[in-house]
Amino acid sequence: MTALLEVNHVSKQFGSDMKALSDVNFSVQEGEFVSIIGPSGAGKSTLLRCINRMIGASSGEIIFDNMNVMNLKKKDLKLIRTKIGMIFQHYNLVNRLSVIENTLHGNLGKKSTLAGVLGLYSQEEKEQAVNILHVLGLEEHIYKRADQLSGGQKQRVGIARALIQNPRMLLCDEPIASLDPNSAKIIMDHLRNISRTMGITVLINLHQVDVALKYSDKIIGINHGQVVYNGSPKNITKEDIQRIYGSEAEDLIFDVGGIHAS
Amino acid sequence: MQANYFAKKKRNTLGFIAILGAVTLLAIIITEYNVVKGFTSLPKAVEWGLANFYPTQESLTKLPDILDKLIETLLVSIAATTTGAVVALLFAILGSNTTRVNAFFGGISRGIATIFRNIDVAAWAMILLFSFGQSSLTGYFALFFGSFGFLTRAFVETIDEVSSGSVEALQATGAGYFSIIFQSVIPSSLPQMISWILFMIETNIRSATLIGLLTGSGIGFTFNLYYKNLNYDVASLVVVVIIAAILFIESVSNYVRRAVL
Ligand SMILES: Nc1ncnc2c1ncn2[C@@H]1O[C@H](COP(=O)(O)OP(=O)(O)O)[C@@H](O)[C@H]1O
Ligand SMILES: [Mg+2]
Repeated sequence: MTALLEVNHVSKQFGSDMKALSDVNFSVQEGEFVSIIGPSGAGKSTLLRCINRMIGASSGEIIFDNMNVMNLKKKDLKLIRTKIGMIFQHYNLVNRLSVIENTLHGNLGKKSTLAGVLGLYSQEEKEQAVNILHVLGLEEHIYKRADQLSGGQKQRVGIARALIQNPRMLLCDEPIASLDPNSAKIIMDHLRNISRTMGITVLINLHQVDVALKYSDKIIGINHGQVVYNGSPKNITKEDIQRIYGSEAEDLIFDVGGIHAS
Repeated sequence: MQANYFAKKKRNTLGFIAILGAVTLLAIIITEYNVVKGFTSLPKAVEWGLANFYPTQESLTKLPDILDKLIETLLVSIAATTTGAVVALLFAILGSNTTRVNAFFGGISRGIATIFRNIDVAAWAMILLFSFGQSSLTGYFALFFGSFGFLTRAFVETIDEVSSGSVEALQATGAGYFSIIFQSVIPSSLPQMISWILFMIETNIRSATLIGLLTGSGIGFTFNLYYKNLNYDVASLVVVVIIAAILFIESVSNYVRRAVL
C-alpha cells in the first residue's frame, strides 16, 4: 500500500491571531477509512477543506496522488478536485432541481464551459447516474425535487453526486450530524460499503466517537488545531479521549467503554 | 448585571420615544402646521370630492385616449424593470460574497448599486430632465436606475441566502465559474428573483404615475392636464383607471408568484 494523501506540517491561520491548525501531520493509505474526531472548533472542517484547497493552508505541504495541492495552477486544481468527492453536513444540494440533476452535477468538473453552462450530459452519464442512485436505494426518487426528500435521502444524493465523479477519495464533513440515528447508520453503512467494494479512500469528520470507532481503520484526534491522536481505533484509551476532547470528554467515555465491550 | 441590562434597554427605548416626540413638536412649530385645522378640514375635502370628483357619462369619451396613455405607462414601467433586472443580475453576481470574482470587483459593484439605490426615482427624474427633457425616455431611465439599484441589493441577498451551500459543493467537484452560475446559482435563486421583479414592476407602475407629472409623459401627465383644466370628471376617471390597473397588475403578479415559488 502506498500513501494516497500526505499532510506535512500544515498550519492555517485566519486573520492575524486565529490559529485554526498548527503543524498537522498524517498520511492516509489508498482504500483506508479514516475518521477525524475532536470537539467543535477543533479545526476538523478547516483541515478537510485544506485538502482540496477550498481553504488555502497557510504553510506546510499537502500531497495527494503525488501532486502538491498547494502549488497547483487553477486548471490542475480543478483536475485534482474532480478526483476528490465531498460530502457536507447540510447536503449542499440545489434544492429546486431533481435528484438526477443534482447527481449529474458531480460531472461538471469534467465538462467544457459550454456543456457545463447548458447542462449537457451524455446518455452514458445519465445511465451511470441512475445506476448509482439504484445502489443507494433512491430508484423511486430519481425525478423528485431534492427539497421533497428526507434528510437521509438528501445525504444519499450528496453521496451519489460525489460517486459519479469516480473519485479516488471522499472527504465527508460531519455527514451524519443532522440525521436521526437510523438514517445516520444507513449513511455510514453506505460509506463503508463504498470504501470496501470500490476501494475509495474515505476521510470523514465525525462528532460521534462511538461511530468513528466502529467504522474506521484509523482515527485522527484533533484538539485546538493539533493532532493529539493518530492510530488504530482498537488501542484508543480513556486518556486519549480525554486528550482529544478535553473537558467535553466526561460525556463521551461511556461510549468508548460501550464500543470496546461489544 | 442582568437587572442593569434590562434597565438600560428600557432607558434607551424611553429616550428614543422622547426624542421622536420632541422632533415632531419642533417640526410642527417651525412649519406652523395646525394639527387640529389639518384634520378638521378632512371632512370638507371629502365633501368636495364627492360633489365634483367623479367620472360622468361624457368623460367616458376620453377613455380610449386615457387607456392609450395607461398602456404606454405600463409598458415603460415593465421595460424599465426588466432591463434593470438584467443589469442588476450581472452586478449581483459580481457583488455577492458567494459568487464574486474577487473582493475588489465585489466591492465596486456593490458600491455602484448602493449609489443608484439611494437616489430616489423622483430625484433621478429631475436629474435626467436636463439631459433628455420632458419625454418618456426620462421616465424610463429614472425607473431603470432606481430598479437597478434596488434589485441588485435584493438579488445579492437572494444569492447569498439560497445558493452558498450548493456553490461550495460544485466548486469542490472542480466545476468552472460559469457552470456553477448556470447550474446552481440561477436555478436556486430564480423564483425569488422573479418575485422581486414582480414587486418592482408594481412599485414602478405606482412611481411612473408620479414621475409622469414631472416628465410630462404617460398617465400622470394626462391626469395633470385634465386636472389643471378643471376637468374634474375626466381627471377622476384617470384615477379610477389607474387604481383598476394597479389592482389588476397586483393580482396577476400574486398569481405568478404562487405559481413559481
Ligand atoms: N473563515 C474563517 N474565518 C475565521 N475563523 C474561522 C474561519 N473558519 C473557521 N474559523 C475558526 O477556526 C476554528 C476551527 O473551525 P472549524 O474548522 O470549523 O472547526 P470544527 O469543524 O472542528 O468545528 C474555529 O475556532 C473557527 O472559529
Ligand atoms: Mg465543522
